[in-house]
Amino acid sequence: MTLALLGSRRGTAAAIILAVIGLVLPWFVYPVLAIDIVAYALFAVAFDLLLGFTGLLSFGHALFWGGAGYVATILIAKAGAPFAVAVVAALAYAALSALVVGAIAIRRQGIYFAMITLALAQLQYFVAFQLGNLTGGENGVQVSSRGTLFGVALDNDKVFYYAVLVVAALGVWFVVRVVRSPFGAVLGAMRDNEQRAVALGFRVDRYKLVAFVLSGTLAGLAGVLFAVGNRLSGLDGVDWHTSGKVVIMTILGGIGTVFGPLVGAGVYESLDYFVSKTPIGDKTNIVMGTIFAVCVLLFRRGIVGELLALRTKRSSTGSERAS
Amino acid sequence: MALGLSVIFGMLRIVNFAHGAMFMLGAFVAYYGAQLIGLPFYAALVVAPVVVGLFGLGIEVLFLRRLYGLDPLYGLLFTFALVLIIEDAMRLAAGALGSPYAAPPSLAGVTNLGFTLFPTYRLFVIVAAVVVCALVWYVLEHTPVGARIRAATEAPLLVRALGIDTQRLVSITFAVGIALAALAGVLAAPNQNVEPTMGDKIIINTFAIVVIGGLGSIGGSVITGFAIGLLQTLGAVIFPAFNDTLIFLVMIVVLLVRPSGLFGSPASAK
Repeated sequence: MTLALLGSRRGTAAAIILAVIGLVLPWFVYPVLAIDIVAYALFAVAFDLLLGFTGLLSFGHALFWGGAGYVATILIAKAGAPFAVAVVAALAYAALSALVVGAIAIRRQGIYFAMITLALAQLQYFVAFQLGNLTGGENGVQVSSRGTLFGVALDNDKVFYYAVLVVAALGVWFVVRVVRSPFGAVLGAMRDNEQRAVALGFRVDRYKLVAFVLSGTLAGLAGVLFAVGNRLSGLDGVDWHTSGKVVIMTILGGIGTVFGPLVGAGVYESLDYFVSKTPIGDKTNIVMGTIFAVCVLLFRRGIVGELLALRTKRSSTGSERAS
Repeated sequence: MALGLSVIFGMLRIVNFAHGAMFMLGAFVAYYGAQLIGLPFYAALVVAPVVVGLFGLGIEVLFLRRLYGLDPLYGLLFTFALVLIIEDAMRLAAGALGSPYAAPPSLAGVTNLGFTLFPTYRLFVIVAAVVVCALVWYVLEHTPVGARIRAATEAPLLVRALGIDTQRLVSITFAVGIALAALAGVLAAPNQNVEPTMGDKIIINTFAIVVIGGLGSIGGSVITGFAIGLLQTLGAVIFPAFNDTLIFLVMIVVLLVRPSGLFGSPASAK
């Protein structure tokens, strides 16, 4: 279904529309909000590589997002590291922690996998909380200047936004390549029927671990963009609510669709922003939680998934489409 | 304190987020009960579980029931949505800051246990937890209803074929589980502030306990809960700074050594 969309004319059209939205976004909304949207979009796509294409629900992805954010901001703020160095170090941290967490968590499946990833993410949360000297505890780490990249100063929010957009687009492109590769096909086979994949001779644990590390590293990349974009990393980033947020975005948009998480992140962040302007203020979770609950009860395919299903239903009366 | 709660939660073998929210609601029912109508603590121990249990029953009948038969992950996600809604609704209603809730004077002070002085209230919580556990264990193992519930969890199809309404059993079990979570909330209220996020930490700890214990016997879960509670009580004395991380470290070690959990059989580890 997904791959059909990616290859189809409509898929190309959808990609162009998203690209245009991406390009003009900071001229319509506050640039830092635009950075948030794009960073979360990358986060959700990275997460969907695991949930939608591998069939693993992690409830601890804040570990990579927030952890990498901490590493990057601490290096920039306290060691005066250049932006590029901070990014590479943060990615190394995300990859390494994903390797460790993944190796532990893939020993169990389903609901237990979710609970173990959540618990391990909380482990990092408490450590970050205790290492107040490094992480600033409740205050977080503030970055006064984002530095430069290839000679371009990044302190202007719009300039940084376009840097974020390019990086995020590359990240999404990478996920698409992974999903469509032979490796991605094995992931899909494992998701649909793990026993069959084992019977076919695939070492499923190794595939799961690689998928987990890829997903965690990309989530870390998104987290760096978010933290440096906001010039702040704090306990919010590593809190389990952030892990839940990316789950909501991905399912709201449509799991296993690549486009879905992008749309989900955009819808979530804009809605969250507008709801926070209403009298209920920062208690936006009343609204977000309700939408998510309805989604889980009635629209499990998410926005993009439901649209695709609608199209398939309509066209199935005519010629048979490959799905 | 952690001891009593761990035992109750360990016994529930919870695999959803809602119990954390219900734990918090239980404490709030006790708090508002005391504020508005002067509900005494001992009455709250009965009233809060009933009120919250009925609320949980409503949620099960209206929503969760639609998700059975799907991947259990959807149930987990739905309860996560519930937590978001209930927590923020309570923040809206009660504010983010906690409110103190006093234990009854009869339980204040300390009791001399011969070898050490122990806060009377904590002693009460531990005793209450043990009594509740014993009661639940008795109902499950030695009554006809308990036999049906056990049968329904092991072989629902067969039990249905025998003419027993498994759906009703599931609803009742869920409501009782919620009521116990609320009871735990009331018990916890005097020792910590009553606040909207009070359920978060306990639920994540519970997840770790369930993973450590594995899906084994009720006895296994209770022992695990007891051991973890004890460990945290000791940890608070020995290295307070990293006490919160202790349970997760134990979980990692258990997963590496025995992936199916201490009391779980490898077959039920899926």
